[in-house]
Amino acid sequence: MGGRAFAIVALMLVVAVLVVSSVLDNQYFYFAGYVVLQYVVLATAWNILGGYTGYVNFGTPAFFALGAYTAVVLIQSLTAPLPIQLVAGAIVSGLLGLALGYLTLRLRGVFFSIATLALAVVLQTMFVNWDYTGGARGITLARPATAPLFDSYVQFLFVVMLGLAVLAVATAWWIERSWIGRGLAAIRDNEEAAECMGVPTLRLKLVATTVSGALMGLAGAPFPYYVTFVEPTSVFDLNYAVNSLAMPMIGGSTTWIGPVIGAVLLGTAQQIATVTISSALNLLLVGLILVAFVILAPEGIVGLVQRLARRSRA
Amino acid sequence: MVALDLLLNALAAGILLGGFYAAVSLGIAVAFGLLDVVNIAHPVFVMLGAYVTYIMNVRFGLDPILTGLLFTPVFYVLGVVLYRVYYMSFERKGAESLRGLVFFFGILFIVEVSLLLAFGVDYRMVEASYIGKTFQIGPVGIAFRLLVPCVVGVALTGALYLFLSRTFYGRAIQAVAQDSFALRLMGANPFRVKGIAFGLAIATAALAGALLVMIGPVEPAMNREYIGRVFAVAVLGGMGSIGGTLVAALILGIAESLTSTFYGPSWSVAVSFGVLLLALAVRPSGLFGR
Amino acid sequence: MRRNGSRTRTWAAVSLLIGALLASGVWPGLAGAVDPIKIGFGMALTGGLAANGKAALIAMQLWEADMNKKGGLLGRPVQLVYYDDQTKGATVPGIYTKLLDVDKVHFVVSGYGTNLIAPAMPIVMERKLVFPALFGLANNEKANYPGYFQIMPAGPNPAVDWTATYLELAARQTPKPQTIAIVGADAEYPHNALAGARENIKRLGLKTVYDSTYPPNTVDFTPIVRAIKATNPDIVAVYSYPPDTAGIVLAAHEVGLQPKMFGGGMVGLQFAALLTKLGPKLNGIVNYDFWVPEPTLKFPGIEDFLKRYQAQAEKAGVDPLGHYLPPWAYAYLQVLGQAIEGTKSLDQQKVAEYIRANEHDTIVGKVKFGANGEWATSRVLQVQFQSIETTDIGQFLKPGKRVVVWPEQYKSGNLIYPYAKAMR
Repeated sequence: MGGRAFAIVALMLVVAVLVVSSVLDNQYFYFAGYVVLQYVVLATAWNILGGYTGYVNFGTPAFFALGAYTAVVLIQSLTAPLPIQLVAGAIVSGLLGLALGYLTLRLRGVFFSIATLALAVVLQTMFVNWDYTGGARGITLARPATAPLFDSYVQFLFVVMLGLAVLAVATAWWIERSWIGRGLAAIRDNEEAAECMGVPTLRLKLVATTVSGALMGLAGAPFPYYVTFVEPTSVFDLNYAVNSLAMPMIGGSTTWIGPVIGAVLLGTAQQIATVTISSALNLLLVGLILVAFVILAPEGIVGLVQRLARRSRA
Repeated sequence: MVALDLLLNALAAGILLGGFYAAVSLGIAVAFGLLDVVNIAHPVFVMLGAYVTYIMNVRFGLDPILTGLLFTPVFYVLGVVLYRVYYMSFERKGAESLRGLVFFFGILFIVEVSLLLAFGVDYRMVEASYIGKTFQIGPVGIAFRLLVPCVVGVALTGALYLFLSRTFYGRAIQAVAQDSFALRLMGANPFRVKGIAFGLAIATAALAGALLVMIGPVEPAMNREYIGRVFAVAVLGGMGSIGGTLVAALILGIAESLTSTFYGPSWSVAVSFGVLLLALAVRPSGLFGR
Repeated sequence: MRRNGSRTRTWAAVSLLIGALLASGVWPGLAGAVDPIKIGFGMALTGGLAANGKAALIAMQLWEADMNKKGGLLGRPVQLVYYDDQTKGATVPGIYTKLLDVDKVHFVVSGYGTNLIAPAMPIVMERKLVFPALFGLANNEKANYPGYFQIMPAGPNPAVDWTATYLELAARQTPKPQTIAIVGADAEYPHNALAGARENIKRLGLKTVYDSTYPPNTVDFTPIVRAIKATNPDIVAVYSYPPDTAGIVLAAHEVGLQPKMFGGGMVGLQFAALLTKLGPKLNGIVNYDFWVPEPTLKFPGIEDFLKRYQAQAEKAGVDPLGHYLPPWAYAYLQVLGQAIEGTKSLDQQKVAEYIRANEHDTIVGKVKFGANGEWATSRVLQVQFQSIETTDIGQFLKPGKRVVVWPEQYKSGNLIYPYAKAMR
């Protein structure tokens, strides 16, 4: 869809969410909504490398956690304000993506994926052993007492995450329509052929990993203020890896809207499930749905809708 | 004096651990090395084997190794079925490896969470008469709970090696890795052969799991530590080379043991990934690869 | 053609998004009217601490039933509202916000464990709530929040008092031990405990020959235990969680570690699972505990409670003994309930002041809190495992296997020293 249409839709959505949120005016809504929006960012970020380029990243927790810990370090050392934490988180995680890409993207896709697993494990070990950020015990942080523009800090964080979600989706939309997106699609379809056609595969892949990593770091940076207690186990949680993978796969991995659909559906369902059925059961369901979609509906919900639309028109 | 003591003990433990790592990695050596199927869920099947062994041990007092052997055919069937699903959904359609990888990740997740639901996160251990005993050779203490898995692991490696090199189906498996068209010309069905191979790969997980739970307590999330290890061993050894798997496993075991003793146990998991990256950077075909 | 398709997609997405957001916000808000007095909390029903969390929940539900049988609190029925925190600190802020803003509970109490209490502190402090807490070590150390009350009887200076009893007991033996090895997991509780231990060691004039931590998910303790054995310590003090506890005891036997005194602050040796797993290997170990079925600890109500708990525990698949956490989970609600009745109000301030000012009668004895919300005097017991010959669980329901050797007030037997003599 064209640039103007996208901008209008995005604006409408933001206004709708803000209206709904001020009508409900309930802290829990901000807490739960924050998580769903966070997944929109993570799913979109994952998809830039996964759906667009065809490289599976199992290490979302690494980038997310690095963004969160960068924020922790900045809070501890300088009591830096949130915008700086966001920028720093994005830069550091982006650099990590770049470094990882540089080391492994010359190898086969599967080794990149295993390397992302390794990255998460190694990074977690590092933070478990680093006392300054709390080590294995974790660290308690105090939220700033007042929030700019809004009543409560959590509401402020919610709005910030809303903005980040729009930013992430806009980035994905832009990449998809640009020459970068076309190059990535060529890589996804057949990397060797793309190379032969002169597509600068390594450079494009590095762009993808860097942007993907940066967005994940961006999602992680507000996390310390949101949760006020950061410890490695929850920040490196496998849930982030599975969800950021399942959401685009379920929603549809070839466009910018698939991850959004997947994140909203799956994220909301999980928030409801957290307070109703057992948590592990809810995880099992995610796994089953993921496998079902991968086998039966590989283009995700977007693909299904497109198929239905085509059939009804024919 | 103390350092030498520690060093010798670390080396001994590393060698014993290496024999065990070989057993765990055999499945990947076959599935990934020979069939090019990226089964990152293999370690979680090893965990499944470990838990099955635990149940048999606690309910019926069965010896772990016995359980492992008993369940090998069950896991074989599981492997054949799994391969069939994988083949129908992905390999036949020529779909990108992305989906295959995600598929196995989904399987990994489903099995891990199921184990979590069934057993919780508490560590589980087995009991056998020989676990907990050590014998000394000079300054070096050899624990039976490490020795037995090593011996069985090496035996399993040897058995698989013989199967692949001496039997018809074994050689067919090696052939299908090299040239499946030629194999068809020779009268063997590549799909069937690959199914048998993958079944064998998962079958090894039954015994490997029994060995795992002998060495120490297990809990479901442990499978992720092993993903790095098995791929490091498979790549370092040379894809599809069984003998290479054993050598690579020993190298990894020693490297991990030394790191753990002298730099702290936290870093031992990083060792395997380091070895993998190094192998890929320097000699991607592995030590004994084709 | 393409434009139509993409517009359909967009509208589908938009309506889906709005619908989902509404659903997630409104649905929880439909949680009905308010008549009972609601007490809310997060509890570890899955994850690492689930075994204890589920046991605690049973005890708390027994309290709820007992209260309602007696006519409730202030004439209104009592209702517990709880969610699973999955032993993950990150879920806690969301859970407590939901409890307060959506479920509109009147009081909150904590979940189980230092790591799960910490994230709730900012919320209760911000809203000035009274906060009875269940088994966290030194959670209020930095904040010194007056609404916090910790039911674990560590004492006014939790980390130091917790570790003092074992070390003082050791220091009083003859021949007097000189050297000590301390080890713990790199996690909140052991970290605090080790810090406390170091202070006590300095005060008692012992010499530290080994002082180290190990990462939380270590499974092979042989290298660590070997390293400790190599320093030949007189005393070994371990501060660990259940999986490590089992690993260390087993490794100690495998390697042949025999100091003059072995034990310390090992969590897990109070649970049926480890007691039956380790059996005779426990003999001689001196460890902390808070309640054991010894004749010196027969507080009013405890036996009846344990019988009722044990009947439910079988079905629920939790610790069948219930000696460690459940009585205290019942007790911290008892304190809250008595304060609500005592002040005849639901006012957070008044209830908090009442709790601090009075001594409370509970099934774990008389409870009195000090200035920082910890117990005014420590009541950490030192228990030595003696004469265990089998792994049968029934033996632990009766006195004689876990002998209280400290403090004098509750002592039920003598310490067998050195460790090797008690090992058999």
